[in-house]
Amino acid sequence: MNYKRLTLFAGHYGSGKTNIALNYALWLKNNAVPLQTEKGSAKVTVADLDIVNPYFRTQDSQKMLEEAGIDLIVSQYAGTNLDAPAMPKETYGLIADRETYGVLDIGGDDRGALALGRYTDEILEENNYEMLLVYNQARPLTRTPEAALEVALEIEGACRLPFTGIVNNTNLGPETSAEEVLASMESAEQLSSLTHLPIKMTCLRRDLILELQGKIDNLFPIDLQKLYYQIQPTPGI
Amino acid sequence: MSEKVLMKGNEAIAEAAILAGCRHYFGYPITPQTEVAAYMSKKMPKIGGTFLQAESEIAAINMVYGVASTGKRAMTSSSSPGIALKCEGISYMAGADLPGLIVNVQRGGPGLGGIQPSQSDYFLATRGPGHGDFHVLVLAPSSVQEMADLTVKAFDLADKYRMPAMLLADGTMGQMMEPVELPEPKEVTADKSWAVTGTKMERKHNIVNSLYLKPTELEEKNIERFERYKEIEEKECLWEEFMMEDAEICVVSYGITARVSRNAIIEARKQGIKVGMIRPITLWPFPKKALLLAADKVKSFLSVELNMGQMQEDIELAIQCKRPVGLCKRVGGMIPSPEEVLNSIKEANK
Repeated sequence: MNYKRLTLFAGHYGSGKTNIALNYALWLKNNAVPLQTEKGSAKVTVADLDIVNPYFRTQDSQKMLEEAGIDLIVSQYAGTNLDAPAMPKETYGLIADRETYGVLDIGGDDRGALALGRYTDEILEENNYEMLLVYNQARPLTRTPEAALEVALEIEGACRLPFTGIVNNTNLGPETSAEEVLASMESAEQLSSLTHLPIKMTCLRRDLILELQGKIDNLFPIDLQKLYYQIQPTPGI
Repeated sequence: MSEKVLMKGNEAIAEAAILAGCRHYFGYPITPQTEVAAYMSKKMPKIGGTFLQAESEIAAINMVYGVASTGKRAMTSSSSPGIALKCEGISYMAGADLPGLIVNVQRGGPGLGGIQPSQSDYFLATRGPGHGDFHVLVLAPSSVQEMADLTVKAFDLADKYRMPAMLLADGTMGQMMEPVELPEPKEVTADKSWAVTGTKMERKHNIVNSLYLKPTELEEKNIERFERYKEIEEKECLWEEFMMEDAEICVVSYGITARVSRNAIIEARKQGIKVGMIRPITLWPFPKKALLLAADKVKSFLSVELNMGQMQEDIELAIQCKRPVGLCKRVGGMIPSPEEVLNSIKEANK
């Protein structure tokens, strides 16, 4: 799979950007050619630029990232009781540091993307980026390609950074089935022709990958974050 | 695609309210419930409904009063500090016998508190949020599916008994995402012959008001209302029992903590501890009878909640202090882990 120095994931809130960003950062860490001169695996940093939502963020996976040797940039107020739309100051360092791969999680719809606009000129000048539109057809406000296009245009309008590809992340969380993902391809392809953007990859929970191998191009396996509120199945039922 | 969609709890409330026939939403932003308003602002204009960001929480609840008095379904949503502001309006609605939905996606308090989840508005909700003698119906969802289902139920019960209903969720329930099967859209069939809709010179004026000039009349009205409350306590209690058949310890928990408790109970059972759970779905009316029945079978109760022990008191009252009632709690936006609940269960088992 092709990759660039900077990968930005944007899309409607709840489309799955944070999970994809985490999984993609791990993939880069294991597969990307190092950009730095010293030895070792590729340097990768995840930047959580969600300035809107204070719940369920990349910070919840800090330990997993640390163990994988991936740096995390997150607002100093994330996970606290201060509901302040603050952009982490380290972000500019990541945009400028051409020896590090950056995975940017752009949350908060167009409002969140507005803050990204601060870096748009630098990103365009370097021209080594992918801006990916995350699409989940199972989300109520992006059930149709037309609705997803509307969100995409709002985000582009806010940050002035054009999308370069689509990530089909159609899922129902733990209830996702391979058939549903396969069925969503038609709608993802319609979105592709509406936006004139290629489908870079289709995300699928890792345990479902075998079922769809060979049926969909560029499948990308996803491991889900474990969250405390998930209900265990009842034994014997 | 199946008919299920992946929704945040807050979105599920908003969509379910629309499907229940609500076309009037009035609110004011506050974390962690803002997605209810955000969803309504996108959706209402497309279906001929009204979304209005009011100038304050107090204005919003009084707009709900206004629409409700015309017989239409109306709602507002907020989080704890905002709900405190709405209490005056809620009391006026109760005094005028007006149905309507108030959503409280709780956060930590008192004061400005914090934005993380909490259940510390239990007393506020179940004792009648505002001045005067009254109750509101209080429903406590424990999944995104229930956020949708109980929103519809709350509107139906509010109409049936002509009183406000509160959906009492918490920050986690509002923000978490799960698959949901949305309810079918429906027509509102409740009798609204009391509504202020214009007489067309064909009937007497309807009056919607909470002011009674004669004290005797006000006394009568209060007594009549409590007769209605008695009927509700008889007929409308909702709860769920989990692994209670042979239980010696009864966990009582609702909302997010019921989910954590469920996982802890499964683990405790693996370790041979006979523990089950009664999960109140309505907090007012409180499932007193189910708990009193359980008191004859179990050795002790354990209240698991995100406050300093508010529901614990209701359990003691319900079981007439027949058994000890322990408490497993976290406050300030913290949530107990399944291990912490398990430790409290083990403690109760000693």
